[in-house]
Amino acid sequence: MAINKTQVIVIGAGPAGVSAAITIARAGKNVLLIERGDKAGDKNMFGGEIYTEHTLEVFPNFIEEAPLEKPITEQKIIMLNNDNSIEFSYKENFKNYADSYSTVRAKWDNWCVEQAIKEGVIFAPKTLVKELLIEDSKVVGIQTELEKYYADIVIVADGVNSLLLEQIGLRKKIQDSDVTVNVKEVIKLPAETIQNRFNVDEKSGQSTKILGGPFKNLFAIGFMFTNKETISIGMGISLDDLKKIELKPYELLDKLKEHPSINPYIKGGQTIEYSAHLIPEGGYKSMPKLYTNGLMAVGDSAMLVNNIHFEGTNLAVISGKLAGETAIEALNKNDFSSKQLSLYEKKLKQSFILKDLKTHKNTIEFIKKNINTITDIYPELGCGLFKVLTHSSKEPKNEVYRKFLFKVLKSGAILKTIPLVLFAMEKCFKR
Amino acid sequence: MNINEKLSTLKYNKGKESHLSADNEICKECKNRVCTHICPANVYDWNEDSKSLTIRYENCLECGACKIACEKQNIKWAYPSAQYGVKFKNG
Ligand SMILES: Cc1cc2nc3c(=O)[nH]c(=O)nc-3n(C[C@H](O)[C@H](O)[C@H](O)COP(=O)(O)OP(=O)(O)OC[C@H]3O[C@@H](n4cnc5c(N)ncnc54)[C@H](O)[C@@H]3O)c2cc1C
Ligand code: SF4
Ligand code: SF4
Repeated sequence: MAINKTQVIVIGAGPAGVSAAITIARAGKNVLLIERGDKAGDKNMFGGEIYTEHTLEVFPNFIEEAPLEKPITEQKIIMLNNDNSIEFSYKENFKNYADSYSTVRAKWDNWCVEQAIKEGVIFAPKTLVKELLIEDSKVVGIQTELEKYYADIVIVADGVNSLLLEQIGLRKKIQDSDVTVNVKEVIKLPAETIQNRFNVDEKSGQSTKILGGPFKNLFAIGFMFTNKETISIGMGISLDDLKKIELKPYELLDKLKEHPSINPYIKGGQTIEYSAHLIPEGGYKSMPKLYTNGLMAVGDSAMLVNNIHFEGTNLAVISGKLAGETAIEALNKNDFSSKQLSLYEKKLKQSFILKDLKTHKNTIEFIKKNINTITDIYPELGCGLFKVLTHSSKEPKNEVYRKFLFKVLKSGAILKTIPLVLFAMEKCFKR
Repeated sequence: MNINEKLSTLKYNKGKESHLSADNEICKECKNRVCTHICPANVYDWNEDSKSLTIRYENCLECGACKIACEKQNIKWAYPSAQYGVKFKNG
């Protein structure tokens, strides 16, 4: 065996890469995990919350031991109008563990890699992979800035920009409509202030999605997460919409922060970090080929994100695990051909990952077509309805009702809701 | 909070060489100069006097948006050399 050769090389130590690597190491195989950051997480950002059920499959001790911020016990949607808003919230008081936990990536990714190292993964940070090496139409290794390194299997987990899949032509050029541009601020506030403002305690936390307001008629959404002593607040907008508007991404975020219904949550806090990242939104249709001779693609590099449900890390973790299992079988059979590695796609198809992406393969287009209804008409009428029910004035109620009824009829909201309901119903039954 | 204040919250290890470049002749012909508009770190500026594109690569957040957005596919985009570029403490 050549000196610079191992059984599996995994490129990228995000949730997808680390899950692939740890799965392979647990089977006693040799695996090298490469990351360009000084440590795992240094280059990454997300909302965000990680999902318990999936994460437990790879990191069974994470709830007790990982650097989590807060259990998410309340999921909230805020619909903003110009200067008013409505909030819907769902609370779940968990017994053993919450459905999801807020965290920050610099800490989370690093912890995951520490676990992987404990279980035998060789970790190489501060290493940028420049190129995949190909011999006889098989991927045989990598070229870093310093050296060549060979492996039986290469797993690409280099995230949304995946220069490496692009290099070997596995993935087409990404379109503007395939990604959202996201910006976020981490805002520091005393734990007690956060608890008071969000009505949570040490053992509970909130995840919030925000529609309308500054994002009217845009494919854009805001988000807020409670951490222990910070709030993560950010927004994402599809690149094609961002190109069309006057505002820059950080100016849109400022508009969100200044909205009279949002500002009280973050007021007086100090922004301790600004960041930006893309999310792949292309879904099923923009997925690259997921494997070839000697290679598998996992997580964001393979565009495995369920944007409708704000799920990314969980698809990354499980796709990484399934690619890891496929690698183990391939190593046992000493067969690294595309045919053998196609088992990975089969596993993805059997899992929620490809089922969900398929379910939602036309959802984004549908939402974009109905964006005015969702981000303008509904927040406007929703606020209007609450105002009718709660506002007291000298105007006789029947006149108030009548005016609102005319407004509803004029907006076409009832007719416009029918396709939404039909679309949602189709998603329940279509296979 | 303006963009410079936002960027000042970040830790960078600034490399001497730019990981981003564009062919200025192509930029001269570009109508919308969309790179100057969509970048979350305000890296690109068009200078009308010198008819040239300024690239403040040292502020880059390595997101990849400009690479996709430039309709002329004129941005040569790479990650900074290992150990350089932005470093998130939270993320
Ligand atoms: C604003 C925002 C909010 C989000 N919110 C949520 C949320 O709340 N919940 C959720 O589940 N998901 C969320 N996501 C999605 C989630 O973050 C991603 O789906 C997930 O991180 C994908 O994991 P990954 O391992 O595939 O890629 P990444 O996490 O991007 O990891 C890729 C890694 O590869 C490294 N790398 C890249 N190229 C190279 C190279 N050439 N050489 C060496 N290393 C390289 C990078 O440094 C990085 O560490 C959010 C994303 C964003 C941007
Ligand atoms: S969008 Fe592309 S071509 Fe136009 S100015 Fe920017 S880099 Fe140059
Ligand atoms: S990668 Fe992102 S932050 Fe860097 S220059 Fe391009 S758009 Fe700006």
